Amino acid sequence: MWQSLYAANKSRDFVVIAVALDVPEAARPWIEAAKPGYPCLIDRDHAVADLYGITNVPQAVWIDEVGRIVRPPENAGSSDAFRNMDRVTKQMTAAQIEERQRVKSVYVAALQDWIDKGEASRFVYSASEARARLHLPNDDTARAHAHLRLAQYLLGCGRDEEAKRQFAEASRLHPESWNIWRQGADKDATGTATSPEFWARVDALGDRPYHRTIDIDGI
Amino acid sequence: MITILHDRTETKCADARVAGDDLWIETAQLTDATGWTLKPEGFCQGDVCVPVPPARAAEFTHDGAVNVSRLWAHLGRAIACDDTRSVWALGASASERGAALRALEAPDFTLPDLGGALHNLHAHRGKKVFLVTWASW
Repeated sequence: MWQSLYAANKSRDFVVIAVALDVPEAARPWIEAAKPGYPCLIDRDHAVADLYGITNVPQAVWIDEVGRIVRPPENAGSSDAFRNMDRVTKQMTAAQIEERQRVKSVYVAALQDWIDKGEASRFVYSASEARARLHLPNDDTARAHAHLRLAQYLLGCGRDEEAKRQFAEASRLHPESWNIWRQGADKDATGTATSPEFWARVDALGDRPYHRTIDIDGI
Repeated sequence: MITILHDRTETKCADARVAGDDLWIETAQLTDATGWTLKPEGFCQGDVCVPVPPARAAEFTHDGAVNVSRLWAHLGRAIACDDTRSVWALGASASERGAALRALEAPDFTLPDLGGALHNLHAHRGKKVFLVTWASW
């Protein structure tokens, strides 16, 4: 998904690290089909989501050469256009596809600007701007991740029913995390959690976004 | 048999004992299972030592065992167990996580790729890193 960006910039002290919040067997076909040159890591227990406060995919963090977060977790160029797709055929209209591509291209252009200009890029936040955009954990979200860890372990032991209860508890403690809810949800034949329950949960958002709006001009 | 999940480790504790909400494990297994070590000054991890109030020492240590659930609560960290209380997940402290993020220093992590090779974030110091999450679901 990020291959062309990586290929164009890999000689410029830039790297993509892709983290699958997923079990290896589910992530494997996607990684093997894409064959990206950058590290593709498997995070069954959502450790990176726990560490960074990541609640949906794709969310991304920009980290500079000295390890400083210059853009905290944010939606990495996805749009909410999918909410209006045909929920049976999963088809989107041409206008919806165009909107999705437009948002993605604005985000990728901002990323390229940072690669080109470094800290002089207007997309790099000052420390106070970055802090203001953090979504900090609380005791419940920390507990949610402990229950998620337990759920994934129980699933690996074939204790599916107990795992389901642990996923449910995790989601109850951290309801804004789509990652936790979808990891625990039933998957359809294509491996995606797009059941009627998913759409009901999306519809319950009302005017609130599924993918948080990206704080970049033009999006 | 009790299993303790902590960071990337899964530790089997044959001699562990559960009493209500308390999980007691052999002191000798504490470091493997939790990353913390019992020392005269308290419970230590790296340079950090957390003392135990002397009046409450018996709540934390007894007869060669450590009360891990009590320790975890003392550290302000999340903990969860399964219905049979045989699997325990030791989680993070929200305030420690929050302090790390507010410092804007990207927290390090170690994760495997599909082949099982381990990668960590800090190995990429000197580069801009676009850390991006995804999932099949």
